[in-house]
Amino acid sequence: MLVLEGIERSFGGRRVLQDVGFTVQRGRLTGFVGGNGAGKTTTMRIVLGVLAADAGTVTLDGTPLDAGRRRRFGYMPEERGLYPKMKVAEQLTYLARLHGWDAEAAARRAGDLLERLGLAERAGDPVETLSLGNQQRAQIAAALVHGPEVLVLDEPFSGLDPLAVDVVLGVLSDTAASGVPVLFSSHQLDLVERLCDDMVIIAGGRIRAAGAREELRERYGTRRHELVAAGDVGWLRQVPGVRVESFSGGSALFEADEATAQEVLRTALARGPVTTFAPVVPTLGEIFREVVAGPQDAGSDLGTGPAPDGTAAPVRPSLQEVSR
Amino acid sequence: MSTDVRPTPAHGGPGRTAPEVPPPPRTGPLVALVAGREVLAQVRTRSFQVSTVILLLVVLAGVVLPSLLGGRFGGDTRVAVVAGAGAALEGREGFETVPADDADEARQLVRDEGVDAAVLPAPAASSGEGTGADVLVVARTEAPTALVEALSVTPEVELTDPDATPEALRFLVPFAFGLVFFMAALGSGTMIAQNTVQEKQTRVVEILLAAVPARVLMAGKILGNAALAIGQVAAIAAVAVVGLVVTGQDDLLTLVGAPVAWFVGFFVLGFALLAAIYAASASLVSRLEDVGSVLQPVTWLVMLPYFGVVFFSSNATVMTVLSYIPFSAPVAMPVRLFFGDAAWWEPLLALVLLAASTVVVVLVAARIYTRSLLRTGTRVRLRSALRERD
Repeated sequence: MLVLEGIERSFGGRRVLQDVGFTVQRGRLTGFVGGNGAGKTTTMRIVLGVLAADAGTVTLDGTPLDAGRRRRFGYMPEERGLYPKMKVAEQLTYLARLHGWDAEAAARRAGDLLERLGLAERAGDPVETLSLGNQQRAQIAAALVHGPEVLVLDEPFSGLDPLAVDVVLGVLSDTAASGVPVLFSSHQLDLVERLCDDMVIIAGGRIRAAGAREELRERYGTRRHELVAAGDVGWLRQVPGVRVESFSGGSALFEADEATAQEVLRTALARGPVTTFAPVVPTLGEIFREVVAGPQDAGSDLGTGPAPDGTAAPVRPSLQEVSR
Repeated sequence: MSTDVRPTPAHGGPGRTAPEVPPPPRTGPLVALVAGREVLAQVRTRSFQVSTVILLLVVLAGVVLPSLLGGRFGGDTRVAVVAGAGAALEGREGFETVPADDADEARQLVRDEGVDAAVLPAPAASSGEGTGADVLVVARTEAPTALVEALSVTPEVELTDPDATPEALRFLVPFAFGLVFFMAALGSGTMIAQNTVQEKQTRVVEILLAAVPARVLMAGKILGNAALAIGQVAAIAAVAVVGLVVTGQDDLLTLVGAPVAWFVGFFVLGFALLAAIYAASASLVSRLEDVGSVLQPVTWLVMLPYFGVVFFSSNATVMTVLSYIPFSAPVAMPVRLFFGDAAWWEPLLALVLLAASTVVVVLVAARIYTRSLLRTGTRVRLRSALRERD
């Protein structure tokens, strides 16, 4: 597995990463979540060795990474880019050869991958003639064509339609299943929630939470229940240990521990028919807000300024807008 | 961090056979691969194909046309001859004789433009006046120089200094050497710069850097463009040589011989020197619009030596100085050699100087290149590119 520990990085005196550490397990998709300028891209560039860290280590199965090992990684940078005038298959073949494959094997791998990504019929077209969604697929192919040992993708799903998301997800899952640690960043929290096994949340250059998706749900989101009954449920407010979050006539959303919730259900049933009683699982958006703007760091900003490395920050809806 | 420890499949999980890992690539083949792409990408562009063809045609025209125009433009000169008057023309190249019965018929042929000129037996009166000529040439509007020369008795000529370089060559040779180097350096340099910025602008550079070191990219780029430039120069040389041989001017070739060999050596090194500067300069900016301003200093480094060599080719002191300065040496030293103005050790010394500065410049350029490639947005300042770590 890929382990980051104590990564620090400043740009011109501005500290953009502070004690960043997390784990990307083999065989699992790890989602990397954070706002614009939170440090995702910088972290990924450091993993790839495209950028050097001021301090900290990145190890793969306990071994520190050297340049040669890193070259066997697959990388999809935040800033997309392929040679616009080069043909898709030719370009992928070239990239595979840069990674050491001979011409024949490189061409075969490029062909197979384009087939899997549903891009086979555009193989002979220059990249610039492809639609944005297809360019994105080509970009993903570029990260995969050499059979990477570790896969790092910066926003691989942005700009893809739902069908393409499924195709790409299939390829990424296969890759993870073959034992490759897969790390991808995204600001589309619903997608991350649906797709990844593990999650890492970063804000203001610090890791705020990391772990398996379910575990984070347990740890962070408040457990809430929804109750819909035939009669008015205003009595809920009087039950000790219950905090009603929203209420309208026959339905309510309330916080309570498991025992109290069961108690509430019994009371409700005694009072009349109950149409709905269900736990409400916190969404990643909620977890994210709690983690990022949590009590330990109230008012932490999502960092919407220009990206720390001087690249112009792409205009994107902020995390909160997306998850709302 | 994660407490969820699932069995992690070893390499070669479902749907995969044994992990295929290529051997780590070696630097040499990588540079060649990058260079190959560079060459292919350019050779395939329409603009490259068109400009190369035009360039070759211009060179061909430049070599062939003067001899055509100066010599027998439009084929043999047709000459009407009367009786035995044209005996001197028999067997002479460039003339076609048309027999005429008498002077009047010959004159008529000239008037009707059936022939270019006519040669008649000289009238008794004029031959008696001691011109020495026993024939009379008839033409339409002006005296046919070639014909008159052919009929004249040419006096023996003795040259006191047959080995000295003709005056015209003193200008032409620096001009030619200079032009070839100037065009190659400027053309390829601009190409290198544009491709560098294009890779930055299209962001492909980040993927490339995840695969190969920046200096491999730079080396490949310089090598690829050098191959193209040298290929172009070789094509020009081939066309020029063929043109000279076909038009019978091949005596010029033997004159140029050895200095050309030197020129090739200087050219390669001088080219690498400038190409590295072009690559490093271009890596500082992120948009094609900014290339022009950042290349200004390099362009002067190419142009000033060129004009210096062309304008001062007769000034021994200036030429000596220029032949040691790395930027002008590739042109100035071969020119001095051509005129026999340099001692045997001078080109060696200049070459060593050039090689040393090329090595230093390439190393510094690689440093700048490595540090600037991923920095996009505003122009990277040279000082910070040199100082900061990557």
